Amino acid sequence: MAGSPLPLEIRSLSKSFGERRALDGVSLDLAPGEILGLLGPNGAGKTTLVRSVAGRVVPDAGTLRVLGFDADDDRARAVRGWVPQEIALYALLSPRENLWTFGRYQGLSGGALEAGIRASLGWIDLADRENEKTDRLSGGMKRRLNIAAGTIHGPKVLLLDEPTVGVDPQSRERIYAMIGELKGRGVSLVYTTHYMEEAERLCDRIAIIDHGKIIASGTKDELVRKTVGTRQAVALDAAQAIPPALAEKLGRLGAAVDGTGVRLSVEDPAGEIRTLLELFHAENVPVRDLTLKTPTLEQVFLQLTGRELRE
Amino acid sequence: MSMVLAVAKNRLMNLKRDRAAFVLAFVLPVAFFTIFASIFAGSGRATTRKVSVAIVDEDGSETSRRFVAGLKAEPGLSVGLKPGPENDPIGPFYTAAQAEQAVRKGEVPVALIIPKGFGENAIGFGPGANRARLQILADSSDPVAPPMLNGLLQKVAMTSMPAAMARSGLAELEKWSGGLTPEQKARMDQAIGAIEKPSDDAEPSAGKAAGGGGLVAVETRDILGETKKNPTVTFYAAGLGVMFLLFSAAGAGGALIEEAESGTLDRILATRVSMTRLLLGKLLYLSCVGVAQLTLMFVWGAILFGLELWSHIPGFVIMALATALASSAFGLMLASVCHSRMQLVALSNLSILLMSALGGSLFPRFLMSEKLQKIGLITLNAWALDGFQKIFWRDEPLWAIWPQVAVLALLGAVFFLIARRVAQKWESA
Repeated sequence: MAGSPLPLEIRSLSKSFGERRALDGVSLDLAPGEILGLLGPNGAGKTTLVRSVAGRVVPDAGTLRVLGFDADDDRARAVRGWVPQEIALYALLSPRENLWTFGRYQGLSGGALEAGIRASLGWIDLADRENEKTDRLSGGMKRRLNIAAGTIHGPKVLLLDEPTVGVDPQSRERIYAMIGELKGRGVSLVYTTHYMEEAERLCDRIAIIDHGKIIASGTKDELVRKTVGTRQAVALDAAQAIPPALAEKLGRLGAAVDGTGVRLSVEDPAGEIRTLLELFHAENVPVRDLTLKTPTLEQVFLQLTGRELRE
Repeated sequence: MSMVLAVAKNRLMNLKRDRAAFVLAFVLPVAFFTIFASIFAGSGRATTRKVSVAIVDEDGSETSRRFVAGLKAEPGLSVGLKPGPENDPIGPFYTAAQAEQAVRKGEVPVALIIPKGFGENAIGFGPGANRARLQILADSSDPVAPPMLNGLLQKVAMTSMPAAMARSGLAELEKWSGGLTPEQKARMDQAIGAIEKPSDDAEPSAGKAAGGGGLVAVETRDILGETKKNPTVTFYAAGLGVMFLLFSAAGAGGALIEEAESGTLDRILATRVSMTRLLLGKLLYLSCVGVAQLTLMFVWGAILFGLELWSHIPGFVIMALATALASSAFGLMLASVCHSRMQLVALSNLSILLMSALGGSLFPRFLMSEKLQKIGLITLNAWALDGFQKIFWRDEPLWAIWPQVAVLALLGAVFFLIARRVAQKWESA
């Protein structure tokens, strides 16, 4: 692949709307066949970034290449697919007619268009309802059709903007499977979501954007290591107030004691929890509850942005 | 009761926020009242309609000249004696053929031919009087002009030709009384001679316009409608057709707003369809629908009311295409300047009903004052209707509609360019 242009190459991208700086020097790459999760609180700039890649926002500065082409180049349009967050379909048209429309708008015609429609209807499991009005379909079906309308032309780079918003868990699983199939076909994806577990489950790499800047990027493990570290959190709740002698010993281990509760950060959970429990056993203080927490993306996000993802 | 008041207050709060509804409720009715009052009721002399008449004086006698002068002095008439500028001293006068052509082309709604011998035999009393017949050449699509001219002819005969009237009266007197003595005759001739002396005061007094029509013999010839089965149906087919074309184009153009609201427009513009292509595609669709609507209207008119469509197919096709194109571009322009469906409904109702009233879709323009007729030319309805009238009513050749076709094409182009320009708001931010 040496020398081949990346699916997405973004360098120092900036965009302001009036006084508000929506993108502030964003640089980001998307590797072939990769799913890049784009996380950020509301208003952080992810929609502007996605719309820039889709050719719907013209940046003030910086460069943006889709497989080596400018975002508003016709060749970029041909290799790029965009699934907007809204159900951007014609409600009165059938799934087949919607697919015909967007396939045709992407330059497909004749046999290629018909083949694209058939393949898409089968892929989204709507072949038996291809002639019904779209507004009669369930929310999950519409979401799947929304994805198919953005992929009918077989894009190599796909932008998926919160594709599972408002769908039931079963439909969500179906969409996850579709995304897996797209990845299997070698499509490179940018995936924005508010669901942390989706990002953890689907994405090869995650970029966190805040105030128009990419503040961290990498695999989930890398992000955790770089931000909250690899230490795990132990929380213990005693059945009675912790006596001073025990509290003193716990203090030497680095634990924080508060009434009946103990908080301790551990590098080697098996060994350090054993030591902790032995101290309680030696002092004859019964333990009511014990939990071990591994650092999550949620903690990473909170640490980096100071906000919950869904704020 | 307090709940009822709360509901009412809630609606009032909504109305205050909804500018489109506010316009529909208050501005639209007042605007329409003003427009319709100006058109139908007139508002003072500035808007009162004058009937234009082309006069051919084949007689050229003193009597006919006095008669023409009397007609010229009538405030309700606008008399033309020359096809060219009226004040050109060497410009030729209308011939009968030219006057007929002027009516046929719609330059004047009515023409008057004063035949040879009118001066000798202008007025007759009683039945069977042997009078020279004035000829009115009428365009019966104008129901007002011919009878109005006829009435004024009788009035002016009374007031402008006292000598002729006296001679005629004298002849009747001789006929029924067994004759006058030579002395009586000489005195009468002297008196009539005194009347015949040119008078400085050519303007007749309205008070003298006695009734008793039929002093001068008048023959009215409908030169346009004489071969038509149903003269008014063309007007209604074209007038209403154009109005509804505008409404449906504006409504269908509103799809653009829906696409913008649903995010579909955003998605389309990320594909290989640019805004220009999108608008051109919509223009093509709207124009085809427009042509289909007009075709349906005229075919229906032909089947049900005998509208002569089959003998005017080429002219109809050209006018339908030009009208549909201009109307469609207008609809797109309206849709692109509006931000919501409600705004579009308010703006299209206001503008289309206004254009239809001024442009003659609801009320023929030739029945409006000259001032309003001129104002009407800013509307595409007026140009479209003029073109259809030329084809269907005046049987004019195809080339004669080029000004209408050119103006409609130009309007279409201007509307489209405005729509394209305004639609930049939906393009890349």
